[in-house]
Amino acid sequence: MAEMVTVTIDGLKIHAPAGTTILEAATDANIYIPHLCSNEELAPYGACRLCMVEITQGERARLVASCIFEVADGLEVKTNTEQVLDVRRLVIELLLARNNKHPVLLKIADELGVKETRFPVEQKGCILCGQCVRTCREVVGVSAIGFSGRGITRKIATPFMEAPPDCIACGSCVYVCPVQVIPMKEKNGIRTIMKYDYPMQKCRKCGQYFAPKKQLEYFSKITNLPLEHFETCVNCR
Amino acid sequence: MKKVKTAQELKSLQEEIKNSRDSEKPCITICAGTGCLTHGSQKLVDNFKAEIEKQNLKGKVEIRASGCHGFCERGPLVVINPQNIFYQRVGLDDAEEIIRETVLNEQIIDRLLYIDPVTQEKILHENEIPFYKRQMRLVFGMNGNIDPNSLEDYLSIGGYSALIKVLNGMEPEAVIEEIKTAGLRGRGGGGFSMGLKWEATRKAPGLPKYIICNADEGDPGAYMDRSLLEGNPYSILEGMLIGAYAIGSDTGYIYVRNEYPLAVKNITIAVGKARELGILGKDILGSGFNFDVVIVRGGGAFVCGEETALISSIEGRSGEPRAKYVFPSERGLHNKPTNINNVETWANVPLIINKGAEWYRSIGTENSKGTKIFALVGKINNTGLVEVPMGITLREIVYDIGGGIPKGRKFKAVQVGGPSGGCIPESHLDLPVDFDALSKVGSMMGSGGMIVMDDRTCMVDVALYFLKFLEEESCGKCTPCREGIYQMRLILERITQGKGKEEDIETIEWMGKAIIDGSLCGLGKTAPNPVLTTLRYFRDEYESHIKEKRCPAGVCKALITYTIDPELCTGCTVCAKICPVEAATGEKKEVHTIDQDKCIKCGACFESCKFDAVKVS
Amino acid sequence: MKTRVKKIIDKYHSDKGFLVPILQDVQREYNYLNREALNLVSAFLEVPISQLYELGTFYKAFSLEPRGRHEMKLCTGTACHVRGAPLIKDNIERILQIQAGETTPDLEFTFETVNCLGACALGPILVVDGEYHGNLSISKTNRILKKLGKKVKIDEES
Repeated sequence: MAEMVTVTIDGLKIHAPAGTTILEAATDANIYIPHLCSNEELAPYGACRLCMVEITQGERARLVASCIFEVADGLEVKTNTEQVLDVRRLVIELLLARNNKHPVLLKIADELGVKETRFPVEQKGCILCGQCVRTCREVVGVSAIGFSGRGITRKIATPFMEAPPDCIACGSCVYVCPVQVIPMKEKNGIRTIMKYDYPMQKCRKCGQYFAPKKQLEYFSKITNLPLEHFETCVNCR
Repeated sequence: MKKVKTAQELKSLQEEIKNSRDSEKPCITICAGTGCLTHGSQKLVDNFKAEIEKQNLKGKVEIRASGCHGFCERGPLVVINPQNIFYQRVGLDDAEEIIRETVLNEQIIDRLLYIDPVTQEKILHENEIPFYKRQMRLVFGMNGNIDPNSLEDYLSIGGYSALIKVLNGMEPEAVIEEIKTAGLRGRGGGGFSMGLKWEATRKAPGLPKYIICNADEGDPGAYMDRSLLEGNPYSILEGMLIGAYAIGSDTGYIYVRNEYPLAVKNITIAVGKARELGILGKDILGSGFNFDVVIVRGGGAFVCGEETALISSIEGRSGEPRAKYVFPSERGLHNKPTNINNVETWANVPLIINKGAEWYRSIGTENSKGTKIFALVGKINNTGLVEVPMGITLREIVYDIGGGIPKGRKFKAVQVGGPSGGCIPESHLDLPVDFDALSKVGSMMGSGGMIVMDDRTCMVDVALYFLKFLEEESCGKCTPCREGIYQMRLILERITQGKGKEEDIETIEWMGKAIIDGSLCGLGKTAPNPVLTTLRYFRDEYESHIKEKRCPAGVCKALITYTIDPELCTGCTVCAKICPVEAATGEKKEVHTIDQDKCIKCGACFESCKFDAVKVS
Repeated sequence: MKTRVKKIIDKYHSDKGFLVPILQDVQREYNYLNREALNLVSAFLEVPISQLYELGTFYKAFSLEPRGRHEMKLCTGTACHVRGAPLIKDNIERILQIQAGETTPDLEFTFETVNCLGACALGPILVVDGEYHGNLSISKTNRILKKLGKKVKIDEES
């Protein structure tokens, strides 16, 4: 049983197990802190900087990313100081300059009183939260996609900007993207993710397309069970 | 050299080497630091060696290629001992004359002496030259006395005495106390107490513990660490050995910037020789203490100078920093307690152990003890590396040591702290060099880059320069830094092109604060500093660019025009010949003109006109 | 190629922590991060190719494209900047018809900027194939390029 600590968030006393992040503790207590790059299934990343809060430990007050900072006894957290809001406003304006269409971003902007971005808009879609890459690495375990470049030229990329050899076409990256910029469609037994095609497997029993062949091959490889074992859909098992 | 197994054996070896050296024997030291190498000093070294052979003087006259002596402006530098004669701007073919005249005939070659620009006096000895006189070269001064590839040279000047003292009866905690008391603060820019860092790493639970030497000197215009690593790699090893002992670490990493092949070469040789001698490896000097070093090269990323990004790099990943809510001293490399310090900081350690914390405290100011090495560059007469006691004023550095601004131009500002620092105007020139004093005016000590600017430097252009640099070097992980610096750069670019808007200054100030508050690591957190300090002290320049579409310093291309003064033009046609777009035209012996529609502001005509007829407005 | 790459990996004891030095050796061996070599490294070390691609595109030391016969590095450190390096950069870009960081299509020249070579007293500086040229001016640069075979106008008198 983890040790419990007491923290104060916006004046409210909250008890949370040691090792919880401020964001987790706040969310559990129904205190809203905007965030885009954090995900329960993934290790904290701290990239979007929307979740910044002000903390006071002893005498010092400073801003930290609530998705990474762990609660400690006696910690005082303020989620909405002007300083905090200014950071959030800058972040959302900067993100809107990359994607001023998606409702998720527009909602956060609206909450912060930001009507539009003052920066020139260059539609890129992706907000570089990294959830797709991190999911592929930490949850799926194949690291088919990654980052390329650095700084403003940073992009989500497939190796050499070509069909990713390690992709199992599971679509996790598509599902996890908060702004839904990874396209996926299925037609005539082919699943297309980004611009790459992955043939689907027909169920041995019912004949329906149900999973990408590459995904089943991957399961077969990691479990050491024969491929045939996986070629039946969930409904027919 | 035979392996030494005890402190006593090392001491005896030191004595033996010292005694075998004849201080009366002629010794010619040629500076082979990077600056002088660029002047061609390697050829000079080879010429000296060839002459010695030719004149059968081998064994009678020593030739030593040393690391950087600091006075880069006057290279190639040669020092002749035992007379301690200092020759500057030595010609590559002067070897024969120097040997014949100065070494054999004890004659001074006047034309190679430094002439004091004020008194016109010829100066014989290094320490009498104004550039050197005001310095306190405790750490850097050793460079001139050793060949960086010679362990014997280092031992002959007392090298490894500090290690002997420590392993011969100082408890690790006592070593830490000594460093804490001395007040040595990080020389890489952070300025954090080395002693406290060591203590935290020692106390942190977990094994193994690592120590790292950060030699990823990325500040453009700073090359102190390079010269230390190239010129005296053993001093850094000694510092690391002592630190590792104090902390309880058995593995050290030296992370050297990819762009420093000579530094990598010299530290690799030094490590090899130290292993041979037995002061790296197992059971060093019979104390039971084990320590060895791994040399790693950077991949060409400024952000890897940030300690958590450096650690990522060593772990085989891209240089993405991590939030420092938990310090590396607790969880660093491979999640183990790790202590990282800068090259210069490590190099100060043997000094403190040898001479004591009290002695060290006698140098510097209340909160900034010891000396600091600066790379004094830019619009300055005496470009080079200088080591000064903390507390000396910027004015003394710029004028007394630096010799003031060349071509009679006026001082405008000095940038301290590189891309993370800020510019300091004339009104603050009497500021003491001190961690806290510099922070108070919006700048910071930084790693030691000190760039002097004159009235022909546009401060908006300087701010833009740093933003472009940081934009390229940002790792790209967090939004405020990646996007914020980019957008700020776009705004500044517009301003330098005469497309600035009224609200731009306010926007920059607002952005700057939010980027400082919101960024993940030190790169982002300090990125706005150059912009904010230039705004603070040179707001009028920004306003000129925005409101009047004018660049007072005559730098921003879009806002300047090159014209030919008809009174001064002699019709020599040089500008017409060199103009890449045929904008400068004219008949021979007749006044030339520049077609503004064609002119691309490349500056070639301005540079080539010998009559000062090309004007920039 | 398999043996040469294996040799590099063995030199670092197949330690994944040494990925960056391994790639540096591969770069030195083949003049760039050759794709086949990268695939071999990925297979030998059991490291996803996406990670190698990430490293190859993150660090400036690496090039995924073959480099030119002549390597030109211009220092754009602050001291050199203040002494006029940007005009030299523009000049070289104009003559070679490429941007800094690129290689000419005929694979003759690779032009890059470097942040501080540590020879500030001689700024601006250009390093051509390891040789340092200091105290650069536009005319001096033109002369260097002419010597390497580029058609440029040079100031005959200076």
